[in-house]
Amino acid sequence: MFIELGHFALILAFMIAIAQALIPLVGAHKGWRSWMAVAQPMASAQFFLVTFSFAALTWAFVTSDFSVDLVVNNSHTDKPMIYKISGVWGNHEGSMLLWVLILTLFGASAAWFGSNLPDSLRARVLAVQSSITVAFMAFTLFTSNPFLRLGLPPFNGTDLNPLLQDPGLALHPPFLYLGYVGLSMAFSFAVAALIEGRVDAAWGRWVRPWTLAAWVFLTIGIALGSWWAYYELGWGGFWFWDPVENASLMPWLFAAALLHSAIVVEKREALKSWTILLAILAFGFSLIGTFIVRSGLLTSVHAFAMDPERGIFILMILGVFMGGALTLFALRAPAMEARGVFATVSRESALVMNNVLLAVSSFVVFVGTMWPLVAEMLFDRVLSVGPPFFNMAFSPFFVGLAAILPIGAMLPWKRGDLRRTMQPLWPILLLSMAMGALVWAMQTGRSALGPVGVLLGLWVVLGAGADLWSRTGRGALAGRLGRLRRVPRADWGKATAHAGLGITVFAVAGLIAWESEDIRVAQIGETFSHDGYEITLADVRNVEGPNYHSTMGFMEVHRNGRHVATLTPEKRIYPAAGMPTTEAGIDYGLFRDVYLVLGDPQAGGGWAVRTYIKPFANWLWAGSAIMALGGLLSLSDRRYRVAAGAARRRREGAATVAAQ
Amino acid sequence: MAAIRAGLVALVLGLLVLPLGPGPGGVAQAGPQPDEILDDPALEARARALSKDLRCLVCRNESIDDSNAELARDMRLLVRERLLDGDSDDEVLDFIVARYGEFVLLRPRTSGTNIILWTSAPAMFLIALGGALFYLRRRSNMADEVTRLSPEEEERLRKLLRD
Repeated sequence: MFIELGHFALILAFMIAIAQALIPLVGAHKGWRSWMAVAQPMASAQFFLVTFSFAALTWAFVTSDFSVDLVVNNSHTDKPMIYKISGVWGNHEGSMLLWVLILTLFGASAAWFGSNLPDSLRARVLAVQSSITVAFMAFTLFTSNPFLRLGLPPFNGTDLNPLLQDPGLALHPPFLYLGYVGLSMAFSFAVAALIEGRVDAAWGRWVRPWTLAAWVFLTIGIALGSWWAYYELGWGGFWFWDPVENASLMPWLFAAALLHSAIVVEKREALKSWTILLAILAFGFSLIGTFIVRSGLLTSVHAFAMDPERGIFILMILGVFMGGALTLFALRAPAMEARGVFATVSRESALVMNNVLLAVSSFVVFVGTMWPLVAEMLFDRVLSVGPPFFNMAFSPFFVGLAAILPIGAMLPWKRGDLRRTMQPLWPILLLSMAMGALVWAMQTGRSALGPVGVLLGLWVVLGAGADLWSRTGRGALAGRLGRLRRVPRADWGKATAHAGLGITVFAVAGLIAWESEDIRVAQIGETFSHDGYEITLADVRNVEGPNYHSTMGFMEVHRNGRHVATLTPEKRIYPAAGMPTTEAGIDYGLFRDVYLVLGDPQAGGGWAVRTYIKPFANWLWAGSAIMALGGLLSLSDRRYRVAAGAARRRREGAATVAAQ
Repeated sequence: MAAIRAGLVALVLGLLVLPLGPGPGGVAQAGPQPDEILDDPALEARARALSKDLRCLVCRNESIDDSNAELARDMRLLVRERLLDGDSDDEVLDFIVARYGEFVLLRPRTSGTNIILWTSAPAMFLIALGGALFYLRRRSNMADEVTRLSPEEEERLRKLLRD
């Protein structure tokens, strides 16, 4: 009964979405206020209906209602409650419903917090947003309906993929979708502005928080997924250049570019048409990602649904929205005149370079991801494009980005003087180079990756500090320290996010360059040493979990005779799904993780055991978290607070009325 | 080749698949087993490096160095066998490609149409850089126009200042 109500609510929301995609658009065109005004209540209604629909499906999972097909295929009564809930989006149909829920959430948020927008722009934004919702609701209802019932309910379910029964992965998809779908707001704003025919500083200010929010969510989502891969897959890899991963990286890069170019629109009214194009492309790449994941076109490690019908449907959505938006762009963009002028050496130019590097690196990922398909279709060559290609083709862009970042961040707007900007940065650059050289000398005979990582990481982090410090003005130290607290949140956010990037760059380089590995057979009771650690395989026992059997190793880790940790790497079997998984035993540390993996029992007695020392692994997740925190800080800047904008708009509104 | 591809497709279709999580679907612990490791550390290092560039055909986007599949183990043993026989790295790769096809290489070859792939990154960068420089040039010319006074304006300014 509940399920049918949920189904019904989704259909009703679909009808409203169709109306919302049309009526406000006509209203905005004709200038009919009442037609424009319906958009807000409709956006709210859509959100509440889809929320109800999602709640109904969640209820079916929580109560293990095995008359619902989806629950049978993705749940089991023995499963812990948290994974019953995360099972709702741990499958294609349910995740599409989550996708739609987030779309309507963003639409409703634009309706609720958009009181500072001009009426016609808001109506158009909500209409465009709703047209995207229509497409995805149709996709869900017609090809991927989560509410289908079974005639003969089975006694129990077939369980959720055991790999998904993990707290990191339970949270990973919602964050990622918040990011993907968040970019739909930037798209809606871009298309609405094109229809409106006006892009100004205010538009830049409105579109930025949405992009920033989407980027923060994507950052968290990608980092969670990467962390999950690190501890779950059993050899501590964190990035595989898999099509599905690339699908999330491309929109992230575009969102990062868009964030920066929207600043130029907001502050200097330049780069307008480029920013519009970026907004369209950022969402376009979200859609391409969805298509890659759900069409099964590329043999990814874990695409969702290998259903050609669904793939074609998403391709149609992609074609309609990208084709439409780009056509509109071609028609309207030339009319968008840039106002702000600037010299070649200026913040604007540095941000253009940022955009060049981010956008091109994203296209490189795109070309690498699609190349196997192109090569097979056009040249009849069946080939793979793997990590070696991406590492080589992609990394230089991030090295370049990190190299110019501190300088660009401190260049003044309009017209800069490189020598003056470099003045506070020289000591930092020299220090970073010295540290890089020192590391190079200490690690004789290894690759340059580590020292370069140290150099770039320090340069970016200290550069971010110098940037923040420069915002405190001149004068006595005490005065500057006092003023540090009054520096706007946006500047804190900028410095924090940049520092986070520096830490991430350093961690990636350090982890790859300095990790060490040991593979051996260990007898029970045997102690071996690796990289300064003495490791003992004390015991191997069988342990029963709630819905799995585990073979658990008990391993003691000592360093110089001191006890460091007792780790319990496991091999698990999930009988309901008939799948084995590996749980590594990890001692997380500030400078290194000790990462132990239990392998198979050996014919001659003993167990295969792998030991990895992973230096600076936590810095990678910390760097990503700091980046996201920087985004949140910037988002909380008072410039973006609704009240301030609303007040301004009310004054403007009063002025217009008075003028009439 | 066709059989391998068909098998691959069947395998992909048959597996219960993940949502947008990164990381290969290989589940159990990965990589070379203790009994595979060569005694000569230099050869072993070469074997590991080669293994990282070879794709496990029955897995989804994993190198044979990361996979615990039987086929991956066979391929790892094959690589080591060839190395012990004194093959160079390229000879090992050629041997494996002759058996399993180009699909097995994670580092695509630079031959033929793959040149497009390998040159795409620098080419796109140069194009974008050219476009950006063109744009910046125009902008800064405009900046000069705005900041510099025309002769008539300077004349007027002089007059005004004289007054």
